Amino acid sequence: MSVMVDIRSVYKSFGSLDVLKGIDLQVRTGEVTVVLGPSGSGKSTLLRTINHLEKVDRGEISVDGALMGYRRSGNKLHELSEREVLRQRTRIGFVFQNFNLFPHLTVLENVTEAPVSALKRPRKAAEETALRLLERVGLADKAGAYPRQLSGGQQQRVAIARALALEPRLLLFDEPTSALDPELVGEVLDVIRDLAAQGTTMIVVTHEIAFAREVADTVVFMADGRIVEQGTPEQVLGAPREERTRTFLAKVL
Amino acid sequence: MSSDTLAQVPTPAKTPDLADAPRIVPRRRLGQWTAAVAVLVLLGFAVNSVLRNKAFQWDVVADYFTSDAILRGLWLTLWLTAVVMALGFALGTLLAAFRLSANPVLRAVAWGYVWLFRSIPILVQLLLWFNIGALYPQVFGVKTVDLLSPVAVAIVGLTLHEAAYAAEVVRGGILSVDRGQIEAAQALGLSPGRRWWRIVLPQAMRSIVPPAANMLIGTLKGTSIVSIIAVNDLLFSAQLVYHRTYQVIPLLMVATLWYAVVTSLLGVGQYYVEKRYARGTERTR
Repeated sequence: MSVMVDIRSVYKSFGSLDVLKGIDLQVRTGEVTVVLGPSGSGKSTLLRTINHLEKVDRGEISVDGALMGYRRSGNKLHELSEREVLRQRTRIGFVFQNFNLFPHLTVLENVTEAPVSALKRPRKAAEETALRLLERVGLADKAGAYPRQLSGGQQQRVAIARALALEPRLLLFDEPTSALDPELVGEVLDVIRDLAAQGTTMIVVTHEIAFAREVADTVVFMADGRIVEQGTPEQVLGAPREERTRTFLAKVL
Repeated sequence: MSSDTLAQVPTPAKTPDLADAPRIVPRRRLGQWTAAVAVLVLLGFAVNSVLRNKAFQWDVVADYFTSDAILRGLWLTLWLTAVVMALGFALGTLLAAFRLSANPVLRAVAWGYVWLFRSIPILVQLLLWFNIGALYPQVFGVKTVDLLSPVAVAIVGLTLHEAAYAAEVVRGGILSVDRGQIEAAQALGLSPGRRWWRIVLPQAMRSIVPPAANMLIGTLKGTSIVSIIAVNDLLFSAQLVYHRTYQVIPLLMVATLWYAVVTSLLGVGQYYVEKRYARGTERTR
């Protein structure tokens, strides 16, 4: 099976704070990888380096065979122009913890914005796609609404539809249910579960252990900027080898 | 056991009859009434004195209110305000972009500009520009005095002044937009121009419009300062008349009323512009 995401010895620090201390991770096409770990372990930062929202200090990341943010020439990595980086990002969908929908645009405008302006799709076609995607996340009737008129769960489902509108090769979820009221978590996880079942390649940073157990092909446990252990959900969640993992699971389960 | 106790709590068979419920008598607010009456009486005295004082010469006010000289002055005041606002905000937006850019040189230049032009009183600045010929008698072989008419001096001086304040208003508006909005736009691959015009600016406008409207009204009245360099604005036109007729107060009333009329109209406009940019913020479900 081919590799969709290839992360090699990635380091990142904010000032004197080392957030990522040498991360190596491969994600295979069609698989769901769930990243767990205590807050401050660097999991969100790792996710943000994948679509180059954060630049790495050292190491390299490839998505679908393309080096993210740089062009290799000899032994040097040259930073790409902003246009080229933006182009690369259109192949990666990103779903934020706080949804980050555009509040002054309707649901439909939120979903069609990137296809029309970044991919130069005709508006009509983009709207048809958007309506189909909204139907898929169960919100076809909300196309004309503004984000603030929706519940948190509905907003996050719109955000997922917006990410899907670019027909990405890879979807990144940054704690997609952490900002939601408990009774709204289920509807968002249902959508993600549905995407997983259709073979979408995904990396999900979350605190939902039950969801990880059920949906993940690989569970990655991070702490202090390192990957402590990874494996199938049965291995990592059922029989963790590392003390650090056991302590964490004992706290959250 | 607890369920037993709960079960024993008698539940009212029906809600008590409304007629039986005690009537609520509001407290008498004596202080509020006295204050209101006192203020109204004082206001009455003031209005009465304004209307009855013959020195206001309201008939003269009526005569000149729509006279050609005054209307020409009003027209100059209006277009001068519009030009200064447009140029001031264009330059101010550029300066705000400099202030927020990653380039330290641009940041420093923008900061220095705002510092300088907020430090110089507008009156001093106008006089400096008016006398610029003393500093630079010739520019590109043309006499500076010929290059800068009083109206041009007014536009340049007011615009530079306005831009310094507009820069801060626009910067504040941009900073009020959630950082996540820009990240979301970047993650979706939107170009820098698209991010600015489609995502950031419309949201920034919500915080820009109220202070900008304030500035517009301030500028409208502030243009009256150009009467000092003999630009034929609304105030200067009124002054020209009363220098001839000595009807100082009624002519000042003409100018005052016109400023009030235009300010009121701008206030109405502000209401609609604010409503336009409040799209998507109401919490109706």
